[in-house]
Amino acid sequence: MKRIGVFICHCGSNIAATVDCAKVAEAAQAFPGVSFSSDYKYMCSEPGQEFIKDSIKKYDLNAIVVASCTPRMHEHTFRKTLANGGLNPYMFEMTNLREQCSWVHSDIEKATAKAIDLVRMSVAKVAKNEELFSSTIPMHKKALVIGAGIAGMQAALDIADAGHKVVLVDREPTIGGKMPMLDKTFPTMDCSACISTPKMVEVAQHPNIELMAYSEVVEINGFIGNFDVTIKTKAKYVDHAKCTGCGLCETKCPKKVPNEYDLGMGLRSCIYKPFAQAVPNKPVIDAQNCRKLVEGKCGVCAKVCPTGAIKYDDTESFTTDTFGAIVMATGYDLFKWEDVYGEYGYGKYPDVVTGLHFERMVNASGPTGGKLKRPSDGTTPKTVVFIKCVGSRDSAKGKSYCSRACCMYTAKHAHQFLDKTPDGNAYVFYMDVRTPGKGYDEFYESTLRDGAVYLRGRVSKIYQEGGKLIIKGEDSLIGKQVEVTADMVVLATAMVPSAGSRQLAQTVGFLPDLNGWYQEAHPKLRPVETPTAGVFLAGACQGPKDIPDSVAQAGAAAAKVCGLLSKSQLETNPMTAKTNTAICSGCGTCIPVCPYKAIQLESITERDHHGHRITRNVASVNNGLCQGCGACTVICRPGAIDLQGFKNDQILEEVDSLWM
Amino acid sequence: MEKVCLPSISGKNHQDIQHLAKEAGVELTKCYQCGKCSAGCPVGFAMDESPRRVIRLLQLGLLDEALKTHSIWLCATCDTCSTRCPNGIAVAALMDTLRQEAKRRSIITEKNINLFNEIFLSNVKMFGRSPEVILSGLYNLKSGNLFQDADAGSHLFKTGKAHILPSKIKNTQAIKRIFAKCLEKGGQH
Amino acid sequence: MKYAYYPGCSLDATGVEFDTSNKLVAKKMGFDLVEIPDWNCCGASSAHAVNHMLALALPARNLAIAEAEGFDTVAIPCAACFARCKTTAFEAQSSPETKAKISDIIEMDYQANIEILSFLDLLGKKIGLDKIKPHVIKPLTGLKIASYYGCLLVRPAKIAQSDDPENPMVMDNIMAVLGADPVEWGYKTECCGASHVMPVPKVGQQMIHDILKNAQINGAEAISTACPLCMINLDMRQKQLNAQLGTNFNIPIFHFTELVALSFGYSPKEIGLSKHFVSSENLIKDTLSTGARSDGA
Repeated sequence: MKRIGVFICHCGSNIAATVDCAKVAEAAQAFPGVSFSSDYKYMCSEPGQEFIKDSIKKYDLNAIVVASCTPRMHEHTFRKTLANGGLNPYMFEMTNLREQCSWVHSDIEKATAKAIDLVRMSVAKVAKNEELFSSTIPMHKKALVIGAGIAGMQAALDIADAGHKVVLVDREPTIGGKMPMLDKTFPTMDCSACISTPKMVEVAQHPNIELMAYSEVVEINGFIGNFDVTIKTKAKYVDHAKCTGCGLCETKCPKKVPNEYDLGMGLRSCIYKPFAQAVPNKPVIDAQNCRKLVEGKCGVCAKVCPTGAIKYDDTESFTTDTFGAIVMATGYDLFKWEDVYGEYGYGKYPDVVTGLHFERMVNASGPTGGKLKRPSDGTTPKTVVFIKCVGSRDSAKGKSYCSRACCMYTAKHAHQFLDKTPDGNAYVFYMDVRTPGKGYDEFYESTLRDGAVYLRGRVSKIYQEGGKLIIKGEDSLIGKQVEVTADMVVLATAMVPSAGSRQLAQTVGFLPDLNGWYQEAHPKLRPVETPTAGVFLAGACQGPKDIPDSVAQAGAAAAKVCGLLSKSQLETNPMTAKTNTAICSGCGTCIPVCPYKAIQLESITERDHHGHRITRNVASVNNGLCQGCGACTVICRPGAIDLQGFKNDQILEEVDSLWM
Repeated sequence: MEKVCLPSISGKNHQDIQHLAKEAGVELTKCYQCGKCSAGCPVGFAMDESPRRVIRLLQLGLLDEALKTHSIWLCATCDTCSTRCPNGIAVAALMDTLRQEAKRRSIITEKNINLFNEIFLSNVKMFGRSPEVILSGLYNLKSGNLFQDADAGSHLFKTGKAHILPSKIKNTQAIKRIFAKCLEKGGQH
Repeated sequence: MKYAYYPGCSLDATGVEFDTSNKLVAKKMGFDLVEIPDWNCCGASSAHAVNHMLALALPARNLAIAEAEGFDTVAIPCAACFARCKTTAFEAQSSPETKAKISDIIEMDYQANIEILSFLDLLGKKIGLDKIKPHVIKPLTGLKIASYYGCLLVRPAKIAQSDDPENPMVMDNIMAVLGADPVEWGYKTECCGASHVMPVPKVGQQMIHDILKNAQINGAEAISTACPLCMINLDMRQKQLNAQLGTNFNIPIFHFTELVALSFGYSPKEIGLSKHFVSSENLIKDTLSTGARSDGA
């Protein structure tokens, strides 16, 4: 016999402004099974929760309905309240009077009538609730970090330092991501490689970190605490166990191709390390271009290798492992501006480059030895124009968002250019200058003192005339058209999610947001978690950001992972499917329908109605794998499999209650 | 330089500005004043207020100032601005709408351009076509620049590219009725 | 193959060579251009400067006549007429009320379903470059030509539905097929000022000047156009602006079909090239002889 308590929350004025809560509470008093009904300002607050607990005792309640906000907000809170009040936490139903009623309607009378109906449905359902008990699943104390840029490396190091094992995967032949490609970092002007390469070495040498470079995650099954992951290591054609990294092969390789690391401005051999301080500091062979692998000719590297490490018959290999938690740290790429900005030349003017090109050029270990040279003729540029927001804040052709780091790095570039070219002219076309970090605005101010001229206005067109580039812009502060004759143009292009990140998200089992950035569980309060339990985010893969923020976020993700891995088991959600073996015919139709592969046929032995012992198959649900989606309950013809907490007859009671 | 008193000025003109923006298919709040339109405007060098500033005037409710600009007359409707606007604002359409409104209110800042249009359209109304010689002849006469393009004129006549007698369509009545119906539906010519 | 032909007001006057060469090209390539009977002026830029419905109704009458005559496609040489017709069709297609209003004003049933093509797109896209090539018997070898599209052929992009508004290539491709040498330059789609050169001559002259200057700097020997007003601005006004601005431009300007006709073997006289203001006589003589030499070589 159910003794139901109903609590209608005002949520301040969020619900009370549109729904007459007292009236709803009064109406609920008359619903079948209701022993006590009341309203209150903030049910989730301490006094609110105390009120529930006191009422349970006072009125001997054994089932509770709280009508307030979305269960996503406080279902967990109220379940704990019930547990503290001595009830099974699943003798509870929550009615959403806020997101699904008061926040979407404005007519008080109609909204109140709807609220009464919604509460009636919840009461009808909770009358059929049964006590449920969660079970536990083991927690594998191993973390997987996908992406070994600064965020991935930092997260891996923090988790490893806490004493847990980490596997760090990166698809490039070297770890480090974009950071070693940069020259100096704002606002301190630290040499980027100098601060990132020690981390790369630390990662490689850490006893708790297993580094898998040139590898990709291809399949993930399972769930939090138990992710079964298949990792593919691409064919390197070099046995890294034998290779000493001496580099002789690189010097002897006869075929040179454009170097991805230098964005095509420099060359590399077909057997190569992306850059000198690569980690692992051992080469791989580029199978698309290597003469031996493509045409069967050459083979010089194998001839000169002192340890016989070259393996032309290498193949990709697969490893599988189980992890308790996954950290996504896949970083960013730059927007392909050449595809859409015809007004800037569609990429056919060699002297119009991106900020990353500038970084490579100004870097002492880059393709021009740290000297700024015009790609067209190799001369030193005297007048350089920097254009911000190319592809950012452009809902017509690019991305609608701001890419966050460009205002700072453009100021840095202008500063670096003026530093190298004392009689040079630097013009920065901007819409705003966004400098929110510590020391950032001061950095920008110092760039102005260096002599950079900031012109407020977007550039309409760039074209070539003679050997120069003509930039047509406006200075909106004086309201005049401005035309600059420049030697080089540097575009601050938008950050976009890393190539392949969308497919990877699907493999891992979570969603990117509208712009393709990995979606956090809550934009304000849960920035490093995803809605998928056990999967965390670190760095630019969650949204454009600079290095300090990436490192901070990586630490936060690592802390969450450590919190998980410190447990030896996890409580599972008891709202899983359950088979009524009396009705189950063992047809197995539910098995292929389950997206989590949680159902199997199990053989049971029982007595038939003659008393004979028979053995037959029935569906059996693995409570650890089952996520409670209910697909099996729909397809089951006799209705033998049912979802605990959302039973068929519970749902039907809800529907029937509307006709009362 | 006069100061702008808010919200009084924007309140007064709000309705009119919203109506004009709607006619042009433009959402004024979308403009974040980046200046790309003005940067690429081929006539920008001759304008008193850049296209960006014309929009700013409307954003602040200064409709009269906007209607008084030379800019809205000088706009050649080449659509470079609209094509490049990062927020997809139809700037050229807005200039067109403002020009029509200015004419409706008899605020004619570029008298010669207005004169040209009037002569053009009255020719079309009369002949169904726009005969170039009549157009330039009448324009020169009415603008007081009697000998404008006289040098070119002789070459045109010599090569048969200019005709003294205008070509006329047969159904000029149809054209006259089109003009009449459009005038009754609002606007003038 | 018959196409409706809407010449526009300037094609029997300042743009007469354009009309002539269009027809010569059509004859050689074997398609018919049938002038829309009793067509009227599209209203050009003056109508839309003054009254929105007028600007839609004037072109609509011509389109309705062409539809009634049973044509599927109308070819329009003048970029302004093309833009006005496309705008009318677009607005009518987007809104049944507008279509009804237009039909009411023009007192004809306007369906808004006839295909509207600029002459450039007709030749370069619909008929196709491979149909032009076989007729080229006098290649314009070595002619450094800047293809000038102007604004109305490609913008607004949603209405024109033509080539890429930042870097159109249709005319460049046609020039290449004729054997000429299309030049890379930065003012392909910059506005020439259209009619501004009459009421505000200084403004118009500056705009025309900038186009000529950029073509010249980028090595163009001549400029090819696809709009009669652009052509007359660049051609007729060259001498005037030389006087006003102290420049000394002497760049021959062509309607693109004049060059097509030349390469098809028609003589400058047949086309009427002497009607231009800036003489192209020497340039053409040089080009054709170069072509003949490399042909025979």
